Amino acid sequence: MATVPEEFRFGNFLASIIWVILIVIVVLTLVILPLTFIVLFYLPLPPVNGEVLTPYLFLTMIVDPTRTLPIVKYLIHTTPFKVIVFPGFVFAAIIAAATIFVERKFLAKMQLRVGPLYAGVWGVGEGILQLAADGLKVISKEILIPSGADKPIFWAAPIAFVATAAAVVALIPVAPGWVVSNTNVGLIAVFAILGFFPLIALLFSWASNSKYPFIGGLRALHQMIAFEIPFILSALSVVILAGSLNLTHIATSQHPFWFILVLPISAFVFFISSLAELERVPFDLPEAESEIVAGWLTETSGMIYGLIQLGSYLKVYALAALFVILFLGGWSGPQIFPHQLGPPDAIPLVKVLTLQGFYNHVTVNAIFWFLVKTIGIIMLMLLPRGISPRIRIDILLHTGWYKLIVLAFVNMFVALALIYAGILGPGGSLSIH
Amino acid sequence: MADLEDRISESQKMGMQILKESDDDRLMTLSVGPQHPGSGHFRFIVKLDGDYIVHCDPDPGYVHRGEEKMTEYRNFIQNIPHLERPVIHDSTNITYSYSLAVEELTGIEVPRRGQFIRAIASELNRQVYTLYWLAIYGIFLGHSTMFMWPTGDRELFIDLLEALTGARVTHAFNIPGGVRNDVPNGFKDRCLRQITYYEKRLKEYEDIFYNNPLVRQRTEGVGILTKEDAIRLGVTGSVLRASGVPYDIRKAEPYDVYNEIDFKVQYMKTADSFARAYVPFLDMRESCHILRQLLDKMPEAGEVRAKLQANPRGPPGEAYRRVESGRGALGYYIISDGTPKPYRVKISVGSFRNMLALPHLLVGAKMGDMPVIYWALNYWPVEADR
Repeated sequence: MATVPEEFRFGNFLASIIWVILIVIVVLTLVILPLTFIVLFYLPLPPVNGEVLTPYLFLTMIVDPTRTLPIVKYLIHTTPFKVIVFPGFVFAAIIAAATIFVERKFLAKMQLRVGPLYAGVWGVGEGILQLAADGLKVISKEILIPSGADKPIFWAAPIAFVATAAAVVALIPVAPGWVVSNTNVGLIAVFAILGFFPLIALLFSWASNSKYPFIGGLRALHQMIAFEIPFILSALSVVILAGSLNLTHIATSQHPFWFILVLPISAFVFFISSLAELERVPFDLPEAESEIVAGWLTETSGMIYGLIQLGSYLKVYALAALFVILFLGGWSGPQIFPHQLGPPDAIPLVKVLTLQGFYNHVTVNAIFWFLVKTIGIIMLMLLPRGISPRIRIDILLHTGWYKLIVLAFVNMFVALALIYAGILGPGGSLSIH
Repeated sequence: MADLEDRISESQKMGMQILKESDDDRLMTLSVGPQHPGSGHFRFIVKLDGDYIVHCDPDPGYVHRGEEKMTEYRNFIQNIPHLERPVIHDSTNITYSYSLAVEELTGIEVPRRGQFIRAIASELNRQVYTLYWLAIYGIFLGHSTMFMWPTGDRELFIDLLEALTGARVTHAFNIPGGVRNDVPNGFKDRCLRQITYYEKRLKEYEDIFYNNPLVRQRTEGVGILTKEDAIRLGVTGSVLRASGVPYDIRKAEPYDVYNEIDFKVQYMKTADSFARAYVPFLDMRESCHILRQLLDKMPEAGEVRAKLQANPRGPPGEAYRRVESGRGALGYYIISDGTPKPYRVKISVGSFRNMLALPHLLVGAKMGDMPVIYWALNYWPVEADR
């Protein structure tokens, strides 16, 4: 039986809209608001500015906007905010999304193309909404699972991939005090988490029950293990000089001289190894299209593919940020932001707009310089895609096991010599503490 | 011979060793194609031992169109548009040798200006085909810029050919007796400007691709096809020239005006995938010189097409003529029984002959070398199936 669409009537259309509005109002007032207040009533809310934060205090924000400032100030220092929004997931995901757009445009300019062009806002910002369009497409796609696939692992692996990438992001400090988890073994934790990725790739490729993903998974395993060791060794020379594994401390300890000045070879090895870790050109063997279709991603479809892409771009941000912290002095840079954005005794609306009360010029400056350096490193990571072909697996393994390890050791001896000569490092003549 | 043995890379030697030792029960069979991004309309079944290919079985025929049979039901002129379908990116060359063979059968003499225009169209089309081939070679190596640049520059030659013939890819330009129409006004200047720009671009291609250390690492010493093997397997065109045999149909049996043109046959002696990838590039560069000479020597005015009878036919007999296409010797063997339709047409294409070297080269290579070796053979699956 053929389905015929109903005849369109404007009256029916209006009526349906009114119904929707009515239902929303009824549900909101009768269900959601009471539920919210019941939940808030039982939550132990903290005192802000001398008064206890009650649900009714939220309503007063509508009348006096300046009252929101202490609440916001309180909220942005809570752990959930840090995990979800600022140095955590949403911040990293926005950078990842921007990276995808910039990569496509940057590559297009290099290759004499235009890149994404049409999905823009009213003709401005050519192609800036392309990622939103792609995301909607990926979400609406059907997820196909190959017959004979190991379903629990097949579903779990992409989620684990994003979660693991986000876990690396959680250890990255973006400004003094602005880090989700400030542990004293930060660098070791980063490497421990990065060690999960080959496992996820191999599990996913094995679970897809297909030949090309299997080859790709094995390639990913070989590649990541071969580059893990020079990766860790190159970071080790930084640890020797900084005398700490805490990432915040490593960033602040290179105050007069960035470590890239004394450890250029380590920085080079770290950069090459992180390209291999990220499976980016020229080390994209696990996804080599002309050889093994799409490598370990061959059987991915729909949002499974989307999640793995999101995870891999989160990794791009995490490793670029790690490079900045280890070698480029973290957030250090000249102070360019003013102490206060507006006059101190302004009307309430201006006070809100100029973020008075929780605007901190040091933090904003730190975040600014950190972002500038990180974006620069990300651009450097995107560059090889335009100029380089894929390398072969035996050359890759040879590079990892023979050349990079030796190079990493060379600079480690330089670092040790600097320590023993008392030039750099804790208590060195050139370090300022 | 001894130095060729030395040039076989370490990995290839290990592959040979593994080949001797491998059992059947540890092999993995992969069907590469016809839906593999690195295969084209073609399939080859490879058996892998680890990462080494120990067995390769090409399986063409996915785009067989029965071109040879179709020619028997159409007259000599009607055959032109469908004969260029097997390789639309080189459509002038595939109809060139057909026209030459029909002219030999029917005894038509092509006017001199027509011969020059044919050669110009043929050289322009060689550029179009080789750029397309190079673009795919770039993306097979994972070099996306090398995919975009030739694809963009190919467009300029397509514009020239569109001005000349009226169609972008399927030109149906060569017909028995000459070419369909004369060159448009200002074509010579436009063509020369284009070539000047293009030669600059070729230098950039060399910088970003052929002189790239990673490209060299991947292609040099991979898939060595010795001179003896090349002759024994009957490969042709750039593959044969890359193995150190300076053989070009344009030089060996010059057709139309090619004996008046001064050019060198480009060949290399290294016989590896790099040579097979580089010789077409050298051919493009040499083709620019040929184009300049052709444009220079072309008569200013004259007929471009001989007057034909309504349904051209010749006495019963047979003819075989071949030209140098983008993929090597492209010959037509036509038997006529005196009617306007051919009795039998056999197309001998370079692609099929180059494909025969594929199992010989892939065995012992790594899986990662597969696209490097495969596409360097200058193989066009649609043309091989005809």
